[in-house]
Amino acid sequence: MSNKMSKPTIYDDSYAPLLSPWRVKAKITAIFLVIIIFLMFSSWRTGVDLNELIWGFTNMTQITDKLFPINMAILGPAMNTLFETIHMAIIASTFSTLIVIPVSLLAANNITTNWFVYNTTRLIMNVLRTIPDVVLAVIFVGLFGIGVFGGIVALFIFSLGILAKLISETVESADMQPVEAMRASGANTIQAIAYGVVPQVLPQFTSFSLYVFEINIRASVVIGLVGAGGIGSLLMDQFSFNNYGAVMTIIFVIFAVVIVIEYISGKIREAII
Amino acid sequence: MSQPLPPKKPRSTKQIVRNFAICIAIIALYVWTFASINIDFGRVIERLSSNFDRVIPQLFSPNWDRAPEVIEMMIETIFIAYVGSLAAAIIAVPLGFLAAFNMTNSRFLATFGKWILSGVRAFPEIILAILFVVAVGPTPFAGILAIAIGSTGMLGKLYAEVLESIDMNVVEAMQANGANKIQIMFHGIIPQVIPEFLSYAIYRFEIDVRASTILGYVGAGGIGTMIFFAQSGRNWSDMGMILLVIIIVVTVIDYASTYIRKRIV
Repeated sequence: MSNKMSKPTIYDDSYAPLLSPWRVKAKITAIFLVIIIFLMFSSWRTGVDLNELIWGFTNMTQITDKLFPINMAILGPAMNTLFETIHMAIIASTFSTLIVIPVSLLAANNITTNWFVYNTTRLIMNVLRTIPDVVLAVIFVGLFGIGVFGGIVALFIFSLGILAKLISETVESADMQPVEAMRASGANTIQAIAYGVVPQVLPQFTSFSLYVFEINIRASVVIGLVGAGGIGSLLMDQFSFNNYGAVMTIIFVIFAVVIVIEYISGKIREAII
Repeated sequence: MSQPLPPKKPRSTKQIVRNFAICIAIIALYVWTFASINIDFGRVIERLSSNFDRVIPQLFSPNWDRAPEVIEMMIETIFIAYVGSLAAAIIAVPLGFLAAFNMTNSRFLATFGKWILSGVRAFPEIILAILFVVAVGPTPFAGILAIAIGSTGMLGKLYAEVLESIDMNVVEAMQANGANKIQIMFHGIIPQVIPEFLSYAIYRFEIDVRASTILGYVGAGGIGTMIFFAQSGRNWSDMGMILLVIIIVVTVIDYASTYIRKRIV
């Protein structure tokens, strides 16, 4: 960023601090002190104990005794539920990428000129994005009962919020001149969007969809913990039975699948953009 | 409408075969997905009709009596996120330098650093929280460790990208003038990266607040503990209160962080 700085003038506000270095120093010291004080207070409140951590690491054998040897008997059920998790992610990502098309158009201020519609859509999407995925899962599992359906709905809502933000921003940054030219030569709104906006945003749209699929794989593991099916449910069961060997096996499986899917999706995204 | 369209670009056979193969693969993926997922729609609808009247009205009438307790737990959550992301912001600096090719000048070290960082990023925070609850017991401290380790992966990657995009002319000029490594570090590199490092650290704090709201679900402290009890007690008006507090706090922190980041960069 520093190379982009314009030449400062003496009246420029950003130049003023250089004239009085003590002010900058005092400001930085003050910020630093606030950070440290807040850190000490938070550490005290949350009971951070570095002794405990160091003791924990020196007693690593105790932890590894709990987590190892890993229990390979759980591998079969783990693979089955893993596929369930992947299916959940695929279905949720598919539906959210379909639904996000109209939503992102409504939430882009160069397409939706109606102030009220634009702001309402954005507000709803912003609120949706603040709700953690697990909380969504808790609510939908409560509504639909334990099982994959609640999980899929939760993932759908969760990824809709993320996608709507990313894609409406892409639509907003699209070049509007082709659209204007089309409108001028008599295209209707749908035609102008289909031939003027869609070709411009399609690569990003595909890339973001894959990105959301990646996020959904990870999120579907997590929401399984609250009873939304998939490998997360298996993990939570084994965790509550203190069956740590099995927990470690499942964590290894999750780790492997997340790495593999991220790698594949990364390669595809590189090829698209 | 009678004007002829411009001729279409000719496609090579290879391209056609490739597109066909991709289509087949995608269709196969969907067939596999929809064939093997088993959703009992009868039960879903039955559940929905019996639960809807109970869950939804209660969710939208938060239990205000629990507000002080919920707010106190939310403050603990923010503390967990704060300590965790501050620790991560510091741990990620050496890892970022390791993973930045122009800092180490070694393909091997840079790739090694990137592998460590993506390995760390593959763990969802709550899985790390489970590991740390096993290791240090069910305390907020386990949550802090989970947030610290979980954020290191992303922050390290972003730091490495910032470092790779700095102006190396400054570093070269300093080297030519006989500056040693430490001088180059403090006068050539750090001034260039500090604003972006800070901005990313604050951005990560924003994500961590969201992530740490759920850590309590596995016993790692914060408001997640209350989510767990509200769920197991089917206490939906408590859940509504928790949700309301989470939405407000996360929104406020988002706005504050966006404001601060705009000022820094």
